[in-house]
Amino acid sequence: MKGARQVIESLIKENVDYMFGYPGGVLIPIFHELFDSPIKFILSRHEQGAIHAADGYARATGKPGICIATSGPGATNIITGLATAHMDSVPLVVITGQVSTEMIGNDAFQEADVTGITRPVTKHNYLVQDIHDLARIIKEAFYIATTGRPGPVLIDIPVNISNTDCEYNYEKPVDLRGYKPVYEGHPVQIKKAAKMISEAKKPVIYSGGGVILGNASKELTEFAKKTGIPVTTTLLGLGAFPETDELSLEMLGMHGTYYANHAVNESDLLIAIGARFDDRVTGKIAQFIPNARVIHIDIDPASVSKNVIVDIPIVGDCKLILQELINITEKPDITPWIDEIRQMKLTHPLYYDSESPNLKPQYVVERIYEITKGDAIIATEVGQNQMWAAQFYKFSKPRTFISSGGLGTMGFGLPAAIGAQLGVPGKRVINIAGDGSIQMNIQELIVAVQHRLPVIIAILNNGFLGMVRQWQQLFYDKRYSQTCIKCAPDFVKLAEAYGAVGIRVEDKAGVDDAIKQALAITDRPIVIDFVVEKEENVYPFVPAGGTVKDTILRELA
Amino acid sequence: MEQYVLSVKVENRTGVLARVVGLFSARGYNIDSLSVSKTEDIDVSIITIVVHGDDRVIEQVKKQLNKLIDVIKVYDHTEIPSAQREIAIVKIQLTPAKRVEVFQIAQTFGAEIIDISQKALSLEVVGHPSKVENFIEIIRNYGIKELIRSGRISFARDRA
Repeated sequence: MKGARQVIESLIKENVDYMFGYPGGVLIPIFHELFDSPIKFILSRHEQGAIHAADGYARATGKPGICIATSGPGATNIITGLATAHMDSVPLVVITGQVSTEMIGNDAFQEADVTGITRPVTKHNYLVQDIHDLARIIKEAFYIATTGRPGPVLIDIPVNISNTDCEYNYEKPVDLRGYKPVYEGHPVQIKKAAKMISEAKKPVIYSGGGVILGNASKELTEFAKKTGIPVTTTLLGLGAFPETDELSLEMLGMHGTYYANHAVNESDLLIAIGARFDDRVTGKIAQFIPNARVIHIDIDPASVSKNVIVDIPIVGDCKLILQELINITEKPDITPWIDEIRQMKLTHPLYYDSESPNLKPQYVVERIYEITKGDAIIATEVGQNQMWAAQFYKFSKPRTFISSGGLGTMGFGLPAAIGAQLGVPGKRVINIAGDGSIQMNIQELIVAVQHRLPVIIAILNNGFLGMVRQWQQLFYDKRYSQTCIKCAPDFVKLAEAYGAVGIRVEDKAGVDDAIKQALAITDRPIVIDFVVEKEENVYPFVPAGGTVKDTILRELA
Repeated sequence: MEQYVLSVKVENRTGVLARVVGLFSARGYNIDSLSVSKTEDIDVSIITIVVHGDDRVIEQVKKQLNKLIDVIKVYDHTEIPSAQREIAIVKIQLTPAKRVEVFQIAQTFGAEIIDISQKALSLEVVGHPSKVENFIEIIRNYGIKELIRSGRISFARDRA
């Protein structure tokens, strides 16, 4: 069987339904085989769009996302997407075409050293040099991408390999002596943790994206309910625990709730689950959790004691470990602690000036939440739009918040929303965007039009690159260097030019109607241009390198 | 900053060395010495890395090394009984008058003469890095024209 055919056969055996990508010279043999295959191909308009769409698909469905790009510029265009997925541990299998093996290293047309370039931004990568290795490599790529701590795996396939015949065998089991993920937590460590939890006076659960990746939301919820311990989540952990629950502290970190940051700071025991103590979470690391001992549950041994010294590390699958903990942990006596937190929630709620007659971006997010009854999938771009979406939409189910957390990739939201909508056709997908970010991959709008996807793009249009502008306002004497982008396209006309529906909203009164009108449309994307308050800031705000004591709660009068 | 000696057992494949050293260069660490070669198993190579670093960062690098798919196992030889060896070849300017003196030094260190001419002498010394270092220091007095050293290899001794 020819190499190109082997690629497609293998993808079919891996139950791939959607594939995202863009063709090119060295990929013609593979696209030739793809032409009449059962795999549905989604042609992006830029390779970056393809890989973010594969990423959004993977985050929304839990299945690996598949992306293909050609050699040279096609491959270099997906680097940001690889880095995005790598930082957020998203399982992707990415195929790139490569020039013929005998040309490699000769500066051939559209040649780039793709395995070299992508080495630091993939979980693993391969250059196929012998057709006899192809099937094994594809099988290993799926295995590596989806097991342990997931991540993107890239396979670089030279065109002559695609055109060479050999016997095809996909049945041989994967055997990698250097890769044996640990799933079962150490029983002694689990027992120690259970004891420490039952003796804690001020415990907090700090839950990250790993709980969602590990499909452990149910176990997390059960564990929190059984022990009565409050839960805060990271940005990527949103949805793992219902934010509507009284035990929820919502998000922590730089723009987290005051009560989450306060509780973590005051805690005597922090139970970190599938989280990695990112600097956006900890702030000044030396003053983070001064009084707390730490239990850290994570599948990746390299995450343990990386930024914070851990008292009880438990390496393994958080779902299995939480099941064990649910069985053996006794409920701690923490009534005064719960009362203190309840009080803090009352005195320091998430705040914006909801009485203002102006159209506030937070109000838009709140209305989207209310009108969709929290049942949508929310994708975001990066910056203020992302933080307001995280704060004011109350997430209660896993895989409903799709956002580039670690890398912070502007331009991620629209293509990711397209991938999510294809993967989960039964839900409405809304991309909460900024007027800056949306212009970074706006070309992908045509993909949603082509496939009649009713993705809603809610642009919180303030004429600024708002997050950087906010820092300039607060720390750089309001010198808005290159953050004012009021020279922008007319987003309504732009939507119409693409064949999407465009709606503009300039006052509070128009918000509900616009959202309802958009939700009523089911056969094409809708762009809503919300012209919001220009210099609104995201609060609370723990400045970079600060602690909870440095929190700026709201605009100083 | 302390010196660390890591012995990394890897799959003998293209690109593995780049993955391993990339973890050091990405952190701005200059590798002091590096050696890579095949082992008794043709599919396995051992990379010996000598590096200076902060202990927490090295601890982290060891974990990251273990995460690489092509790394089979990472052994830290910094504090375990091990035989560590380097080779140095040194060429000195030498008149016949001083030959006997240098021969005696060479003999003391077990260094081998690998080339000799009217004006120069080339010696090869093998041994623990400190021995190689001492030899070079002493021989420096005679005027080194060329010096080349291998990366270190490290062999863990059986414990009693």
